[in-house]
Amino acid sequence: MSDLLKDPFVLRQIIMDHYENPRNHSLTKSSDYIQKHMASESCIDDIHVEVKLEGNVITDVRFDGVACTISTASTSIMSEMMQGKTLQQARELLEEYKKMVNGKEYNEELLEEAVAFSTVWKQANRIKCATIGWNAMEEILEESEQHGKQQ
Amino acid sequence: MFSVEEIRKDFPMLDNKTMSGKPLVYLDNGATTFKPYSVIEAVTNYYTNQTCNAHRGDYQLAADVSAQYEEARDAVAKLIHCQSKEVVFTSGASMSLNLAAYGYGQKNLQKGDVILITEAEHASNVLPWFRVAEVTGAVVEYIPLTDEGRVTPENLKKALHDKVKIVAFAAVSNVLGYVNDVKELVRLAHEQGAKAVVDGAQAVPHMEVNVSEWDIDFLAFSAHKMCGPTGVGVLYGKYNLLEETDPFMLGGGANARFDMCGNVQLKHAPFKFEAGTPPIEGVLGLKAACEYIMSVGYENISRHEHELRTYLTDQIKKLDHVILYNPNAETGIVTFNVRKIFSQDVASYLGTKGICVRSGSHCAKILVNFLKTSDTVRASLYFYNTKEDCDALVEALKTTTIENCVGIFF
Repeated sequence: MSDLLKDPFVLRQIIMDHYENPRNHSLTKSSDYIQKHMASESCIDDIHVEVKLEGNVITDVRFDGVACTISTASTSIMSEMMQGKTLQQARELLEEYKKMVNGKEYNEELLEEAVAFSTVWKQANRIKCATIGWNAMEEILEESEQHGKQQ
Repeated sequence: MFSVEEIRKDFPMLDNKTMSGKPLVYLDNGATTFKPYSVIEAVTNYYTNQTCNAHRGDYQLAADVSAQYEEARDAVAKLIHCQSKEVVFTSGASMSLNLAAYGYGQKNLQKGDVILITEAEHASNVLPWFRVAEVTGAVVEYIPLTDEGRVTPENLKKALHDKVKIVAFAAVSNVLGYVNDVKELVRLAHEQGAKAVVDGAQAVPHMEVNVSEWDIDFLAFSAHKMCGPTGVGVLYGKYNLLEETDPFMLGGGANARFDMCGNVQLKHAPFKFEAGTPPIEGVLGLKAACEYIMSVGYENISRHEHELRTYLTDQIKKLDHVILYNPNAETGIVTFNVRKIFSQDVASYLGTKGICVRSGSHCAKILVNFLKTSDTVRASLYFYNTKEDCDALVEALKTTTIENCVGIFF
């Protein structure tokens, strides 16, 4: 892992950059996408996530909504990292990310820029901000797998 | 003679507490308030020396507790100027408003009747009315707010018409902190033949509320926002209206007699509403809280909070990066945002400076249409706050930048 990703200053810049210039930050509202509205966990954050699946591969992730720095930046980074991943790879990323935000051992190499959120647990009530977009992705994956099994 | 230094000695939570390694500055009194020793002692004394059920024992211990429980009703009655039998103990303002909505509103409203509320109401004075409207076929309409966000008699007049049967509003808005002209609003409602349900959660802790003089039909408030325990509150109702109101919970203590055929004779108000064993220690704590508030005096409380509010907002107005939403409010509720920073980021940053404030929509979700922002930061003062508390907030706001808000995670 690059030493840069160990520098708190750099990590802070990553979060600010994704907050001020969120990637994939518009919705298509297309029926080709699976949608998830995340608004019930807290009364503030209110985001929509869209995922396009082609076969076994995530070909696009988009999001929009009203949220704090951590929610916005973590969802933005998730939307970039998940592009082009297979369902299996996405699952793996999700698992590692969840371990990290909960303060457990995790695979730094795999998480790339997302390690910016490795110390979010310092503000315990903000862990949910760092997971809102990732949880949306997890729910979408679960739903698509359920759907797949039924077919 | 009111001395904030003396007052502060009554509160253990104001005795050199720290948070995140900084002196604790508590500015979230709209959410809940600290408790003085007298309230804490009333609660623990019940468990230490007085444990037994109220109203259910033919022995001295129970008789004493029952008497004190009823004395709590007297204390509340004295505080808000009503008769003791008009005081119903509930779990808090939310339950009180639900009881007024279901027990009175749902029973009396018919299809096409109108419930008038405002966009500034707390969820607890909105959602029960939505449900009552759904069940009865009544319609919820809104009193328009002024440009500043106030509920005025002029605007109530515009909204009133023959079909309006209930007018429900807060005496003090929990987001904007304006003191409404309750007496005049109630008079206008009555002129139209409507009943007035007043949410007093942000008023009773801070200012004299006179239900008799203001002719209020129902008033709801919580103990914990006025130095009392959590889990207990009050619904005041005019006695004839309480007699007309159905309890939404039945059980022991609420009935006089019943038989196998299902014939039930309920007790009279307020007892018919208090089925089951109540939080006795909470009610005794509420009694101590009422006595404490009366000993400090509403005049002192209101004056101190207003002075402090003016002191705080004068400084906040000088900060170019802070937007103040209610510069002219009378109470200690100060609502703002830091430009381009999400309210929760600001609140978390202030938290790391030892300062407790609230972020979000403050349970008044339909107000966002009016404020044109989804969420705000709210600092809410109480009579035990000081200029130093305000200074701490202003100093911390001066360093509230996006870099620093993100910096707290590293």
